[in-house]
Amino acid sequence: MEQANTAIAGEPESPLLAVRGITKRFGSFTANDNITLGLTPGEVHALLGENGAGKSTLVKMLYGLLAPTEGEILWQGASIKLPNPNAARALGIGMVFQHFSLFDNLTVAENIALVMPASDRLQDVPGKIDGISRAYGMGLEPNRPVWSLSAGERQRIEIARCLLQDPKVLILDEPTSVLTPQEAEKLFETLDRLKAEGRALLYISHHLEEVKRLCDRATILRLGKLVGTCDPRVETPRSLAALMVGSQIMEVRAAGAHTLGKDRLVVSDLDAPSPSLHGVSLKHVSLAVKGGEVFGIAGVAGNGQSELFANLSGESLARRPEAIVIDGSPVGALGISDRRALNAGFVPEERNGHAAAPDFTLSENIVLTGHGSDGLTRLGFINGAAAKDQSQKVIAAFDVRKSGADPLARTLSGGNLQKFVVGREILREPALLVINQPTWGVDALAAATIRQALLDLCARGAAVLIISQDLDELFEISDRIAVIHTGELSEALPARGTTREEIGLLMAGMPGGANVAGGSAHAP
Amino acid sequence: MRLDLDARPQRSTLREILAPVGALIVAILIGGVVIALMGRSTIEAFDVYFVEPLSQSYSLQAIAVKAAPLILIAVGLAFCYRANLWNIGAEGQFIAGGALGGWLGLVTHDGAFQGVLGSWWILPAMMILGALGGLLYAMIPALLRVWLNVSEILSSLMLVYVAQLALDWLVRGPWKDPEGHNLPVSVNLDPEATLPILFDGGSLHLGVLLAPLVAIVAAIVFSKTLFGYQVRLVGSAPKAARFGGFNDRTIAIAAFAISGGLAGLAGVAEVSGRIGQLLPSISPGYGFSAIIVAFLGRLSPVGIFIAGLVLALTFVGGEDAQIAMHLPGDLTLAFQGVLLICVLAADVLARYRLRFTMGARS
Repeated sequence: MEQANTAIAGEPESPLLAVRGITKRFGSFTANDNITLGLTPGEVHALLGENGAGKSTLVKMLYGLLAPTEGEILWQGASIKLPNPNAARALGIGMVFQHFSLFDNLTVAENIALVMPASDRLQDVPGKIDGISRAYGMGLEPNRPVWSLSAGERQRIEIARCLLQDPKVLILDEPTSVLTPQEAEKLFETLDRLKAEGRALLYISHHLEEVKRLCDRATILRLGKLVGTCDPRVETPRSLAALMVGSQIMEVRAAGAHTLGKDRLVVSDLDAPSPSLHGVSLKHVSLAVKGGEVFGIAGVAGNGQSELFANLSGESLARRPEAIVIDGSPVGALGISDRRALNAGFVPEERNGHAAAPDFTLSENIVLTGHGSDGLTRLGFINGAAAKDQSQKVIAAFDVRKSGADPLARTLSGGNLQKFVVGREILREPALLVINQPTWGVDALAAATIRQALLDLCARGAAVLIISQDLDELFEISDRIAVIHTGELSEALPARGTTREEIGLLMAGMPGGANVAGGSAHAP
Repeated sequence: MRLDLDARPQRSTLREILAPVGALIVAILIGGVVIALMGRSTIEAFDVYFVEPLSQSYSLQAIAVKAAPLILIAVGLAFCYRANLWNIGAEGQFIAGGALGGWLGLVTHDGAFQGVLGSWWILPAMMILGALGGLLYAMIPALLRVWLNVSEILSSLMLVYVAQLALDWLVRGPWKDPEGHNLPVSVNLDPEATLPILFDGGSLHLGVLLAPLVAIVAAIVFSKTLFGYQVRLVGSAPKAARFGGFNDRTIAIAAFAISGGLAGLAGVAEVSGRIGQLLPSISPGYGFSAIIVAFLGRLSPVGIFIAGLVLALTFVGGEDAQIAMHLPGDLTLAFQGVLLICVLAADVLARYRLRFTMGARS
């Protein structure tokens, strides 16, 4: 195994880690085509590209998960082979994945200990985690089991796990998608500090604003090829997006200019004890969404978003039927199928395994939410032709890219599967749509498509409730925004005339200038 | 050095179909080695086990008669296993069905209760009671699981021994034939309580036809109905199933009911069609062998139909080998065990690639 030189090369021009003419083929498909790229110490290098552009393939080769078909990887100028991630870690390459690789039944500390050298003792790990967690403001509890944590908290474990290994090169795949603006800013400060320490960072993100804020150089991939390198600080987000996609991205129509109808969803004083030991209890949640309105709920992951979604969808039942009213009908005691029959639609956060069954075909996944109301079943039999037909309509309307006529859901990329599960609900023309993290981990083009579809649905008179951690998204399409924190929902503020900082303070549990329903706010 | 399992990027239908075939071949090779180590001729054993039974009419019939209960039980098990419920107690449900259905044959013995209605109803009622017996017996682990979260693996397995001992007690006690020289057997069932033989002089009985019928119906249920969809969904993506508005408890109880009902039906068909009376033991382990059949058949009714015939061949061949070569009967069970392990290993290899990595972890 290659031994790393602990001293970091002083010359900024000489790349610490580089790829030269690298190509990766899977059968006849070329995922990376002759890519050359260098990471110099003390730089934050952005890797931009749509889903499927080959970013993941490239970083997997840098992390020893895939072997290149052609070309070479250079470490401090010397050609190396990375047979596995251990070799990459031994050199000082760390990676924070977008998809978590954590064991649900182990604690935070145990998960982190798994990747630490065997010489470290398990009982020392919690202390180290506390140190990192405090230094970077992560709020990790070392002894919590991972199954009880939200997506956002899990991502922070991945980041901490990497930082504990003191990497010289750090690869980050969409690390801020679950942070508040203040937390993200704190992470940027951390990354700035890592950069100042002479480390090289490869930063994959769809948040073009933060690429501008953070990165010194950007390499743009499209369909496996390198299409350009630029200085993101002199580009605009729109020009970066255009480079990524190869064409101009449509602008999402601004919200707030349409007429509002009657209340379609009213939640009043909803209390829900947490179903699990470490879950969040909902406390006195009240809100009302009118037809033609997009109501946004902001919040840091793990503050009751999934519990609120489960109560709104009917996957969890409320104690009082009147606590949730859809189009005048009290539905608190009705299950999700009955709520769908009232023409409500739901899209949960997790695409694979919740919104869709990964090992079922797309047309079978149409049946998942349409079996009760869309003429897809008769006398207990599934009308497979109707399901395929409906599936084709969704695929056509939302430009879902796939291989094969009716592939398994798991074979779609994140963005395409998200377009499918959102499109599946929107084509049912729901009067109310509740959607949790509509564009999490989705590329810019797919995200724009989804947001526009939500606004169009809303313009046709539907009420849309969006739970999101992406403040840009909420400000872009919401009429009003409320913030959920430790299971309590703030009063809704008009999206126009409210600043990101005000929302950010509410997300952190500080009432700031705004009023918080329920009064007491707890520190995270 | 260590061994890594890497998920294959693409699933291949061909690979998944070939996996059980390969497993069968490997299991036969291992069996051959065992027989050679016992100092016997591997070639002769192969001939006795797999060739001779396929070349004679009476043994072909014997294969069908043994395959039928295996297929009936395994199709039922497929409902449980697809739903991620591990019913290991089909043997007990088989016995419960055989006992309850057989009981009707005993109480109607010698024309009892046939005065007004005649005797036409006895066989259908026995079949219904048999299915009901297995179903009710399966409800014990099902309800314990749904209400109290008791592991159905343990409870269903334990109940096998309860059923075996209960039947043993019944035929030694209340159901014993008073004129049977104190042997632990019941009276012989009347012709009215016996499933008719299909061809004169053969062993094929009417109950054997239940197996293809049930396999066809189950294939349609799995692929075309919303119920089959729910069973597959609950097992494959439980969270998505709840999101779809399906109740996993209802599905769990239904899957156990089908599984138990089919095992019970197989039990009463065995009692009424083949054995003709109640004995302390009415199964050579069909309920356990059917687990192998279910996996060898990839939990699909068509695959199970084929796998049932293969396993029945090992039973018949094993009996022949006992007679012709004096090989121990337990060798058949050992071979079935080897086969199950090979099938499970082949399943893993169909989805994962083996990779040897030199050197220890850094």
